[in-house]
Amino acid sequence: MPEIEADRAAVLIARARRRQTLQRWLPWIVIGAAFLVWELAVVVFGVSPFILPAPTAVLQAAVKWWKPLMQDSLVTLGTTLIGFGMAIVFGLALGVAIGSSSMVYRGLYPLLIAFNSIPKVAVVPVLIVWFGIGMWPAVITAFLISFFPIVVNVATGIATVEPELRDVLRALGARPLDIIRKVGIPRAMPYFFASLKIAITVAFVGSIIAESVAPNAGIGRLMMVASSRFDVPLVFAGLIVTGIMGVALYWIAEWIERRTTGWATRGQEGFQPGG
Amino acid sequence: MARRPFVEIDRVAMRYGGAEGTLALQGCSLDVAEGEFVAVVGPSGCGKSTLMRLVSGLWPASQGGVVVAGEEVNGPIPLVGMAFQNPTLLPWRNILDNVMLPLEVVPAHRKRLSAERKQYEAKAEALLKLVGLEGFGQKQPHQLSGGMQQRTSMCRALIHEPPLLMLDEPFSALDVFTREDLWAVLQDVWLARKPTVILVTHDLREAVYLADRVLVMSARPGRIIAERHIDIPRPRRIETTYDGAFNAVVAELRGLIHQARTGETVDA
Ligand SMILES: Nc1ncnc2c1ncn2[C@@H]1O[C@H](COP(=O)(O)OP(=O)(O)OP(=O)(O)O)[C@@H](O)[C@H]1O
Ligand SMILES: [Mg+2]
Repeated sequence: MPEIEADRAAVLIARARRRQTLQRWLPWIVIGAAFLVWELAVVVFGVSPFILPAPTAVLQAAVKWWKPLMQDSLVTLGTTLIGFGMAIVFGLALGVAIGSSSMVYRGLYPLLIAFNSIPKVAVVPVLIVWFGIGMWPAVITAFLISFFPIVVNVATGIATVEPELRDVLRALGARPLDIIRKVGIPRAMPYFFASLKIAITVAFVGSIIAESVAPNAGIGRLMMVASSRFDVPLVFAGLIVTGIMGVALYWIAEWIERRTTGWATRGQEGFQPGG
Repeated sequence: MARRPFVEIDRVAMRYGGAEGTLALQGCSLDVAEGEFVAVVGPSGCGKSTLMRLVSGLWPASQGGVVVAGEEVNGPIPLVGMAFQNPTLLPWRNILDNVMLPLEVVPAHRKRLSAERKQYEAKAEALLKLVGLEGFGQKQPHQLSGGMQQRTSMCRALIHEPPLLMLDEPFSALDVFTREDLWAVLQDVWLARKPTVILVTHDLREAVYLADRVLVMSARPGRIIAERHIDIPRPRRIETTYDGAFNAVVAELRGLIHQARTGETVDA
């Protein structure tokens, strides 16, 4: 009977809506619950603030030191973004080269892996010798740590182009450069944007490592200074601010990804009950 | 013979993947005259798609040679318009841009494309309309059915008006009615421009309807074991396919294919 059918559809749609709303709020609920558990645990077990400060204590520290927190985060943000920008340019170029030429791949890939295995903390002192104290060691560390995922992903995207798609262009007498431009690079874009999400978060790690090893400026230095003063709540405030910046940049990268490479996640936009 | 054939395939062999690999073609020879429409039929896996790739220069033959327009084929040549067995559309381009892809690559057009974009776009739209895809230009490939994608890939093979058309089962994903419509479309295109066409198909009625000559391939390793000239006057219409003469040719070819598959003869 049509009315009963319509009723059932309405129920299903309402159920799907509720599910969507829940999913939208879920991250916040989980974060809130985590802080609550943390707070309770600290109070119940009487943990010393030198070991684990309660979220409220962290919040107090953050409010009290909001100005240096903000200034230093902005410095770290700037450093990270510059290093990240360099990583994008360099990573794309190298990724395209490695992905489209097996000569370059064979020649460079082992070296690249070896380089990526070096802990970047060990490189920072060398960078300081080369570039002096200042922002550059941090920028370069962010760059060094974040270009690798970009290179690997872009190279993979280009190297795994379906032979059929390559043949479409080859059959037209396309030159290798045409094939890279018209098939290789567009095909690698989803891989590239996926790698940006990883690269941006590790770029942060890079800047903060450098700022802690060579405390010059930034949130890394702030945390070093705070911990040397046993101001553990402020250290935690720094950590949380870093986490927030990481998530924000990840979201931006994800947003750009969705806008530019929708074709790769096709079909997921299709089903939205009730409009 | 007064003129050299447009396509000359001389005893080619093709083995995939080293000495132990699959021997797809052996001793396969055929000539196609300029402006001729040839259909190749044969059992599945006998090397028809392989033959298409050799002629278009995508892969080198293991043995023997291919000559197109008087020149040895050593690599892909821009004379060819090819529709593959799968639609092979670029998923990040809309339908119109997919159809226009050859124009961005083939030397004769790529220079003029930006200046005459409007005309070229109109041409692509006209082709889409011809195959029943009017208004789908702005859609993404994944929004089209398999048969619609295949029709798009046919437009892509035609857009740069290549003198040699290689069509690998372009209609296999279509329902009977659309398919028969497109036979007429393809015949019209061919009658209008007279390109040389090599069409691979499983459908014997399609082969007889469209071709001047039908070639039958043996089971793998494939070679041409029989040919049949089709003298039915053009333009052929769907009514033609109900003729006794038409069906006699189809039955005869069916017998030849059966022979190719099993090695035994059947009495029609
Ligand atoms: N890229 C490849 N690598 C290895 N073997 C292949 C490859 N392509 C095709 N073959 C083999 O070559 C033989 C002929 O393949 P081909 O695709 O030319 O057949 P076909 O006549 O087009 O078949 P169908 O009618 O089913 O499309 C098959 O046995 C297949 O296994
Ligand atoms: Mg095939």
